[in-house]
Amino acid sequence: MNINARGLHFKDLNAQIRAAQARDIVVENCLGQRYIGSGLAGKNVVINGLPGNALGAYLDGSTITVYGNTQEATGDTMNEGEIVIFGNAGDATGYAMRGGRIYVQGDSGYRTGIHMKEYQDKIPVVVIGGRVGSFLGEYQAGGVIVVLGIGQGGQLPVGYFTGTGMHGGKILLRSDFEPEGLPPQVICREATAEDKQAVLEFVEGYCQHFGGEAAQLLSQKFFMLLPNTKNPYKQLYVNN
Amino acid sequence: MQREGQVRIPAGCAISSIFSRSGKRIDGSKIVKSIEIMHDRSNGLGGGFAGYGIYPEYKNAYAFHVFYENIEAKNACEDFLDHHFDIINLSKIPIRKNPRITNEPLIWRYFVNPFPTKLADSQLDEQEYVFRSVVRVNDQMPGAYIFSCGKNMGVFKACGYPEDVGDFYRLEEYEGYSWTAHGRYPTNTPGWWGGAHPFALLDKTIVHNGEISSYDANRRFIEMYGYRCNLLTDTEVITYIVDYLVRKQGLTLTEMANVIAAPFWSTISRKPEEEKERLTFLRNAFSSLLITGPFSILLGFEGGLLALNDRLKLRSMVVGEKDDMVYIASEESAIRVIEPHVEKVWSPRGGEPVIVTLDKSVNI
Repeated sequence: MNINARGLHFKDLNAQIRAAQARDIVVENCLGQRYIGSGLAGKNVVINGLPGNALGAYLDGSTITVYGNTQEATGDTMNEGEIVIFGNAGDATGYAMRGGRIYVQGDSGYRTGIHMKEYQDKIPVVVIGGRVGSFLGEYQAGGVIVVLGIGQGGQLPVGYFTGTGMHGGKILLRSDFEPEGLPPQVICREATAEDKQAVLEFVEGYCQHFGGEAAQLLSQKFFMLLPNTKNPYKQLYVNN
Repeated sequence: MQREGQVRIPAGCAISSIFSRSGKRIDGSKIVKSIEIMHDRSNGLGGGFAGYGIYPEYKNAYAFHVFYENIEAKNACEDFLDHHFDIINLSKIPIRKNPRITNEPLIWRYFVNPFPTKLADSQLDEQEYVFRSVVRVNDQMPGAYIFSCGKNMGVFKACGYPEDVGDFYRLEEYEGYSWTAHGRYPTNTPGWWGGAHPFALLDKTIVHNGEISSYDANRRFIEMYGYRCNLLTDTEVITYIVDYLVRKQGLTLTEMANVIAAPFWSTISRKPEEEKERLTFLRNAFSSLLITGPFSILLGFEGGLLALNDRLKLRSMVVGEKDDMVYIASEESAIRVIEPHVEKVWSPRGGEPVIVTLDKSVNI
């Protein structure tokens, strides 16, 4: 089923998507409409154009494929499903995500993966092909963030303040250089073969969507960031 | 009517801009279309625009746009203007009635030049003379507010959604090489005509999405230098800080940005020696002018446009380019709606200014 989004307010567009009987929905001429696919389960939505803020917020099992860029807070608090972006993503991609996967072909903005969390089998994954802004994984509490640094020539594919407030999950960066100025609560080491094996599936997922060789990418230098369990947030506020 | 400061409303905003490096004149309907798509970022309590290059027929005169709450305010202000300026032309600013724009004040426009004898007597340069005159009216004449006072540019603002404000002021009848726009969602304070963005002083105008945590510290500092923050809303202080740093202190725009959105000390410590020294000096010399809290701002000025995010980049901002055109907005949608074929799209880093200017060969 096709929906022409030209001139449609987000409320009307989202109502049409929810009301659609068809499992496969194509949204044409999308431009800035917010909250597309919010809480949506069991559908495949293809978006041609530029969806607005909070694309796939609370997404609950649907897949969303975007042929274009996205704006802020893509996959905000999403629970399950997959968002695939053939373009760049805005700030706060994967904001407070609790499950599912987000693949971004190009770059993502500031605060990618902010406050992602995991619980038992619910482990959210964000894979960014290019580079990201500052505050990657800010307050990260769980889940996996992989930044592939494609096209960065081995330069660090992140801005400043990576992992500020991180206390769970992990971040993998393909880079020849280690990030500087990490907070004491974060440890960083060169990724081992085992570390890489653990994210193979996600890098393969990226390559299936956008091309490239997962094995070739993973054969290069990666750094892994983890919360430092030896130096947790004890005594940050009170003596506990 | 309750004014700024009498009420607190807990609550985003939208900003957008269009700039032609070749000085091509674009009519105001385009910027209205751009800001309109971000309708849901505003709540109808303020909208406004600044256009540059819109008054070529009076390009050497200061264009004063003035709100009057009553006829007495108008008489008092005109009496003052008559004594200090040669008024080349005056008229009501043409409007179109719009059902969603109501309770408008009297809105007048004056093209003026300082009287040469008065100016000489004052021993001030021309811009300082105009600045002091404007502050005097705004601070000391109740009910009169000069909300735009630059040359060959003008601000148009009101209480309402920006697309209605554009319609109200008939912006399609103006043509300029640069436009900025704002849709307001007041946080903390109520909306009124004077509190709408842009905030202007001489040729500089600010539209702002965010809220300034450091407002009172900034205000206390800037008021020592003859500025008066009497609109009781945070954004106006940014306009005065920019005027102070650039016009009075002679800083470059980049230096100004390094003051108001100074990098963290930890970031400065990792810079090369010379850069470290420069940034340290700026932070120390103007520590009271650091603006904290989330912001994205667009600074319009004669011949150029500057965009800046706070150093933490707590607000969105996207830049798009196509041929000689530069577009900067809160959302990419506001660019694509007026230029679907925009070529280069990117987001500036927090605290790093984007500055665009007219090509050198362009004479406006």
